[in-house]
Amino acid sequence: MNLSALTDHGAAPGEDPVALAWRALETVEDPELPALKIVDLGLIRFVRPRADGRLEIGLSPTYVGCPATEVIHRAVQQALCSARIGDAVVTTVLSPPWSSDWITDAGRQQLRMCGIVPPERTVANLRDIVRADRPPACPRCQSAATECISEFGSTPCKALHRCRACLEPFEYFKCI
Amino acid sequence: MSAAAAAEPEALFRYVLRLGDLSLVLGQRLGEWVGHAPALEEDLGLANIALDLIGQARLLLSYAGEIEARGRSEDDLAYLREPGEYLNAVLAEQPNGDFGQTIVRQVLIDAFQLELYERLSASTDLRLAAIAAKSVKETRYHLRYSASWLVRLGDGTEQSRTLAQSALERLWPYTVELFAEDDLDRAMADRHVAPPLAAVHAAWSTRLDDILAQATLARPGDHPHAWHGKRGQHSEHLGYILAEMQHLQRTYPGARW
Repeated sequence: MNLSALTDHGAAPGEDPVALAWRALETVEDPELPALKIVDLGLIRFVRPRADGRLEIGLSPTYVGCPATEVIHRAVQQALCSARIGDAVVTTVLSPPWSSDWITDAGRQQLRMCGIVPPERTVANLRDIVRADRPPACPRCQSAATECISEFGSTPCKALHRCRACLEPFEYFKCI
Repeated sequence: MSAAAAAEPEALFRYVLRLGDLSLVLGQRLGEWVGHAPALEEDLGLANIALDLIGQARLLLSYAGEIEARGRSEDDLAYLREPGEYLNAVLAEQPNGDFGQTIVRQVLIDAFQLELYERLSASTDLRLAAIAAKSVKETRYHLRYSASWLVRLGDGTEQSRTLAQSALERLWPYTVELFAEDDLDRAMADRHVAPPLAAVHAAWSTRLDDILAQATLARPGDHPHAWHGKRGQHSEHLGYILAEMQHLQRTYPGARW
């Protein structure tokens, strides 16, 4: 794709390209959790103009081996192209590492609506790794009598739990 | 790029390969469980850990390729090196055996990587520090998974306990190599690129004592053991792992998804 051709139809003079880019990025969904925007997951670290006039987007992976990372990378470029932002650079930002603390309130609400318990604790409390988290309450019946089935669920970011009251399994977004 | 890399690129290249190869080989080994684990949850758990490890390996091997500056990518380094060029400690390449043996190997390496990455997060090499700070978060979950399984197996039935203890006796000697400091390890520690291995060993040892006590398993004695995977001298197992992992690229050079 000839990206430079798109700049000819880019932002109108006076329109802030950074704000335009943020609007475009707000449409990008997580491929594994389509209800969730990547902006609400806290994956976009910055949008800033570079010295050469191109925009630079800082994108953080949730987990280093997460296969969704490359899909998200492409989706971000696609959204910027569609918004006629022009030739933007997407940079992977590792440091400081992404934290589940950065999921926004809107993101947490979306997770709850999908039946996924959002991360409750902050990473500061995770020093003692051998002892498991306090079990989260069941998202269906709110019972506190739940147990962890596995630290690893259908995607790297989620753990599998089960409610001992209503017997339903549910997913818990891990705190990292 | 940090000053350390500029000063001694060959040493840093080899050090980063040691870290990356440990994750890559262990990740490939865990991948052998996919479709064969005792329960669906464990299939998912082991596959997820393998995925994290391969993600770490990708970051580390990409960095190694940049340090070397001969145009080798992460894929070139993973798929086109011979066993003698791999610099992982031989513990990572030991066979999966039964589930208990896989879990013992995992606890030993998870605890090592946890203690190492926590300290590497403060490396003077900023790229290495960033990779370690990212990886340490995932490694905490790996150890929580493997340690809780070891407690269940050790403090479980007579059979699970016997198998876990014998796996521990079999694999423990290989841990000596993880902490055997050579010139390269010392050079990295002197430049504050890496922590002194003695500090990692002390923390690892305390953590292992705690986990083994909960699992009611006996800690085996330390005996001198001369493995040199970190210098490219491997057990017979690595060749078979690489034969499978590299088959496609060797057969169809340059093949891409």
